[in-house]
Amino acid sequence: MDITIISEASNESLHPVTAQLVGAASSIGGQISVICPGGVGSPEAAKISGVSKVISVEGDCFDSYDCMAWSNAIVPFIDGDLVLTSSSAIGREMSSAIAAKKGFPVVQDITSLNDGISVSRSIFSGKAIEEVEVSLPCALSVRANTFQPAEGGGNAEISTVNVSEEVSVAVKEALAKAGERLDVAEADIVISGGRGMGDPSNFSHLYEVADEIGAAVGASRAAVDTWEEIPHSMQVGQTGKTVTPSLYIAVGISGAIQHLAGMRSSKYILAINKDPEAPIFGVADYGIVASWEESIPALKEHLSAIMSD
Amino acid sequence: MRVAVLLKQVPDTTAKIGVSGSRVDESAITKWSISPYDEYALESAIALKESGADELVAITFGPQRASKCLTEAAAVGADRLIHIVTDADFMDSCTVQSILSSAIERSECDIVLCGKQAADTNSGSTGPGVASLLGYSCVGSVTEVSMDGGKLSATRLGATGLERIEVSGPCVFTFDKGEVELRRPNVRGIMMAKKKPIESIGIEDLGIEIGSPRASLKSHSSPPEKPPGQRFEGAGSIEIVVGKLRDEANVI
Repeated sequence: MDITIISEASNESLHPVTAQLVGAASSIGGQISVICPGGVGSPEAAKISGVSKVISVEGDCFDSYDCMAWSNAIVPFIDGDLVLTSSSAIGREMSSAIAAKKGFPVVQDITSLNDGISVSRSIFSGKAIEEVEVSLPCALSVRANTFQPAEGGGNAEISTVNVSEEVSVAVKEALAKAGERLDVAEADIVISGGRGMGDPSNFSHLYEVADEIGAAVGASRAAVDTWEEIPHSMQVGQTGKTVTPSLYIAVGISGAIQHLAGMRSSKYILAINKDPEAPIFGVADYGIVASWEESIPALKEHLSAIMSD
Repeated sequence: MRVAVLLKQVPDTTAKIGVSGSRVDESAITKWSISPYDEYALESAIALKESGADELVAITFGPQRASKCLTEAAAVGADRLIHIVTDADFMDSCTVQSILSSAIERSECDIVLCGKQAADTNSGSTGPGVASLLGYSCVGSVTEVSMDGGKLSATRLGATGLERIEVSGPCVFTFDKGEVELRRPNVRGIMMAKKKPIESIGIEDLGIEIGSPRASLKSHSSPPEKPPGQRFEGAGSIEIVVGKLRDEANVI
């Protein structure tokens, strides 16, 4: 079985999830090639162990994102019978568009992959898990941080192809720059605040803690709906993002069922809430009954002490 | 310009999801709703109609109960209601997308709006897949679409931030949650919607060939239960807990 991976880019370089895609592909065997849309990250992709070739697909159509132009440009270079992408917004669109163009079925956001092809994935944002059997050829998008990354030390050949595709989506104006901060869906540690934070300006305290430990800052739906300063991109839960970090810290979040769905699969959960009856404590590995005003300064101090050890 | 909005009925996001006999127990779900991201698509579809689109067609694909989505859409302004009825509990993406593309083609819509993913399957395959089959453009993670003199512009959350884009030709827009306030139907809308006919059709009426399934559902299961956690009182316990995060959990 030959596997084609569509690489993921981040700020003009290769996103670390790409090595995880190679790791997932290696677990079921076959020759692995990596396609880099717009050529972004191709030298880095060539160094991932297990990759046999890198195709750098370049052209004007990659200047800004157009799902159809990109997928049209990439499809001719797919020779594998299994296509893997990340399950980011662009990754899902790519896997879906490529699958439809190739006549493949697609399964999104998988968290396990076995020969056969059998995959599992969470549904209802984590309230249940489904196991699906897919026939080859097919396309799959893979959730970040669920597969071990392949190591470095590879030396694959890079071939560059120039393409031209008709673009129908034109960017007219940048309205707001994306935050420089880590996305909750990708971070290994997430600290989220709820309406218990009292005021959106108090999220600055969460950012301070996040900076100590390299965490992303998230929020509950209640916080996002109540305060316009807290953007939907931070929302963890059923109408936001499903996250599975190593550590999830919930501060002033009571734990509505939609929120629990989106974070309960985190490896460890620390909940801080002044209400001892808050449902969040039901899923927490460590629960501290205390107000955020008292806890956050102490949390920052002790984390800072550990990090400087 | 004719606009289609794709609406999926899903268990309300407040519903508990139980599993019985390796399948999600649907009989225990008491409230079904339009999938939240589809509601934003519907809101924008109504706005497009108000700014001059010729017709707004609401399409749903699902069991009998799903027709409620269409009546709700009619109550806020959908002109035509199409229900493709199926009792299948699982279908592969190829099948779903060919059925929906065929229904869109038959209704002659050149603009298609839907949620970026459904709240039950959490996939996000339908929009880009349908666009690919129809040969339409596709713009994802959109929060608003507007029409100005036949040109469509949209606000989308791109990789570098929020941006305004323009698109030429037929297009599928997939919606994220935006700042837009969702409208509620008024009494007159609700009364009119009750009388609006629903075109109920079967998959066989679409005249397309459905191949053998390319993916099948093996099982549903509940997420593993967690053992009860450790409980601490007061901010004075933070130091102990931080120590445990390092030494017991090894996460920092």
